[in-house]
Amino acid sequence: MKISFNINGMPQSVEVDGNTPLLWVIRDVLDLKGTKFGCGKAACGACTIHVDGEAVRSCSFAAKFAEGRDITTIEGLSAGDELHPVQQAWIEEVVPQCGYCQPGFMMATAALLEKVPNPTDQDIDDNIVNICRCATYYRMRKAIHRAAEIKNANS
Amino acid sequence: MKKAYLFYTLLLLTAGMALAYASSELQEGEGMEQPPGEEGQEDALQAFDKMMAVLTHKRCVNCHPAGDRPRQGEDSHYHNFGVRRGEGGHGLPALQCATCHQQENNDYSGVPGAPEWGLAPLKMQWEGLSRVEIARSILDPARNGGRTLEETVHHLTEHELVLWAWEPGVDANGVPREKPPVPKEEYIKAVKEWAVAGAPIPEE
Repeated sequence: MKISFNINGMPQSVEVDGNTPLLWVIRDVLDLKGTKFGCGKAACGACTIHVDGEAVRSCSFAAKFAEGRDITTIEGLSAGDELHPVQQAWIEEVVPQCGYCQPGFMMATAALLEKVPNPTDQDIDDNIVNICRCATYYRMRKAIHRAAEIKNANS
Repeated sequence: MKKAYLFYTLLLLTAGMALAYASSELQEGEGMEQPPGEEGQEDALQAFDKMMAVLTHKRCVNCHPAGDRPRQGEDSHYHNFGVRRGEGGHGLPALQCATCHQQENNDYSGVPGAPEWGLAPLKMQWEGLSRVEIARSILDPARNGGRTLEETVHHLTEHELVLWAWEPGVDANGVPREKPPVPKEEYIKAVKEWAVAGAPIPEE
C-alpha cells in the first residue's frame, strides 16, 4: 500500500506492506540508519522516534499508522546545523560508550523535555526506560539535566 | 372485638406493604428494574455467572488494577519498565501507553493494541474485588463514570477495548494470549440478559 507522511520535515511516500514496522521503512526504504533495531519487542527503546512529537517505539509501529503523520528521527532532531539541546548536552557530557542505544535515548529525552522542561531524577527514571548495555545511565542523567538547562536558556 | 380484628388486619396489611416497598427499593439499589419471576431470576443469575467469569479474567483485570501500576501477562505481573497510569490513565508524559501500544495488536513485536489503550480510572479498580463487589462497582454511577445501566451494557458489549479480550493477539514469543473462558457472543448475550432482568446481584 502507498503511505504518505512527513519525515524530518520533508514529504515522503512509500509503497510497502502496511504492517511493516515503521523502523524498517525508515532504515531500509528511506536509508536513515540512525534509528536502531534492538529487541524488536518495544522493550529496549533503541528504535525510538517521534510521531507527531510523541515518543514511539518504531519496531512496534505499523507503517500504515504513519499515514499523514509527522515523523522525526535522530537525523531530523537538529534544526539544520544547529544542534538540539539534547545533542549539545550529550557531547558535553561525553555520554556514549558503544553508542548503539543513544539515538533512542536522545529521542526519548527530547520528547520528555517538551512535556517536562525541568525533569527531576524521578521524572527521568519514570519516563526514560530505554536500555543501555554499556550502562551509561549515570552520564545520561547528567546530560538530561544539562539539556534541560540549555533548552530553557534558549527559550 | 370486630374493631380490634379490623385494626390488626389493617396493621398487618400496612406492614406487608412497607416490607414489599423496602425490598423493592433494595433491589433497585442493586440494579433491579423489573424483578423477574423465579425462573427469570435463575436465568439472570446464570447470565451473571457467565458475565463475571469474563470480567474477573486477567484480560480485563490487568487494566483495572488496584493502584497506579498496570499488570500484564498470563501471571498478571506488574507491567515491565515501571509503567504507571499517569494523570489521564494513558501513561506518563513521555512514556504514554501509545509509546508502545497502537490501534491494533502488533504480531511482529508481540505488543497488544486496541483503540484507547489505557487503564480504567482508579475508582474502577477491580483487582482484589469479589465478583459481587465488581458488579456493584459497575452499577454504581459514582464509580462507573456516571453510566446508566444501558450505557454500562453498551460499554461492556461494544467498546473495542473491552472486546479486544477475544482478539488478544500473540506475545513476544508468538504464543497466543489466553482469551476469557466464555465465547464473545455468549458473553454479550449474557450481559444483555442480565441487564434486561434488572441486573440482579447474588448474595456474597
